[in-house]
Amino acid sequence: MAILELLGVSKTYGAGEQSVLALREVSLSVAAGELVAVMGPSGSGKSSLLTIAGTLEDATAGEVRIDGAVIGALRAGERAALRRRTIGFVFQDFNLLAGLTAVENVSMPMELDGRPAKAARVDALAALGELGLADRADRYPDDLSGGERQRVAIARAVAGERRLVLADEPTGALDSVNGESVMRILRNVCHRGAAGVVVTHDAQLAAWADRVVFIRDGRIVDQTAAPADPESLLAPLP
Amino acid sequence: MSVRHALLALLSSGPRYGLQLRNEFDARTGDVWPLNVGQVYTTLQRLERDGFVASDGVDEGAQKGYEITADGRDELLRWLGTPDVVGQPPRDELLIKVLVAAEVPGVDVREVIQVHRRQLMETMQRYTSVKAQAGDGEVALALVVDAELFRMEAAVRWLDSADARLRLHPDALRGPTPAPGRPSRLAAPASRGAR
Repeated sequence: MAILELLGVSKTYGAGEQSVLALREVSLSVAAGELVAVMGPSGSGKSSLLTIAGTLEDATAGEVRIDGAVIGALRAGERAALRRRTIGFVFQDFNLLAGLTAVENVSMPMELDGRPAKAARVDALAALGELGLADRADRYPDDLSGGERQRVAIARAVAGERRLVLADEPTGALDSVNGESVMRILRNVCHRGAAGVVVTHDAQLAAWADRVVFIRDGRIVDQTAAPADPESLLAPLP
Repeated sequence: MSVRHALLALLSSGPRYGLQLRNEFDARTGDVWPLNVGQVYTTLQRLERDGFVASDGVDEGAQKGYEITADGRDELLRWLGTPDVVGQPPRDELLIKVLVAAEVPGVDVREVIQVHRRQLMETMQRYTSVKAQAGDGEVALALVVDAELFRMEAAVRWLDSADARLRLHPDALRGPTPAPGRPSRLAAPASRGAR
């Protein structure tokens, strides 16, 4: 079942001669349980794709559906509720609130959505526990390593009933071992039932995805096929 | 990769049978570069011929034992301490394909780049799946897979860079257009039919 569907989506910034066409009739479907990486050079439209998929911006043309809901047909309040409840964001610089502990950072979006504080805390602790951070729950972001902060950010993105995880260069501030750990976690989170889209220019990190989509000049120009059985790598040396 | 020196390295910690060497080699390279038994015995015969290993001569085949000689140990240490030669760059087939693609009529060099980028990414996904399925303790496997992934990542980055350069200078790789009618010596046989 597709959680995210972009159907012929275009995005233009500005008007007249100054206008910039960032996305051109992009169609992309991401199923539950699937992690998709979007790769492309700077200015290719990767970030626009992510912000439109996250309902942070409107498409100029085309249709966006998230978990079955047609975004263009929703009122502002309904859209904000869907964003809080269904979509989780992971950013390069973590975007954690320094004055809140790890568990408070994770539970706060759920509380803002009306979930009772106690229940939100239980969900937040469960999400932190799944990412190996149970013993860091009451630490403040400044007391955590970079890798731990990003894991808290992922816990915040997946806690509760989130179906879609959107990540923009989520490993950019981390070394390669911690970066790999973050991608491994995102892959596992998606394989447990969420749909994920990660924007990255890093081929090694994109390789953790089930599918890699290539974007150029605002268009999706290519994508990888489903990975073959890894056993096929085990050919004898020539 | 030097199978010859890998076998010497395994023998440096004690004598072994051929089959044992094959199994240990596979285990230490995380089964990513499996050797066939014939390859192991051919290499051992050459090492014996060169005086780097000695066999017990008891048996042929799987039960024949081998040990490293003093010359073999010297050769192993020499190999370990010798950096790979850095000088004339290797002829890279990918580089040559991109360089010549721009000269071929009807071929979009940036499409050629994309085909190779996609194939590399698909192979990287397969290697990453191997790593994802491996346990925390499978360090040899992770090292082997990482080595391949870094090599392929370098190729992808080079393709990205080539793509960006060719976008800025789309005609930079095209040679001068030949004058009409030349070269007549090549044009003539075509008119008589292909051989």
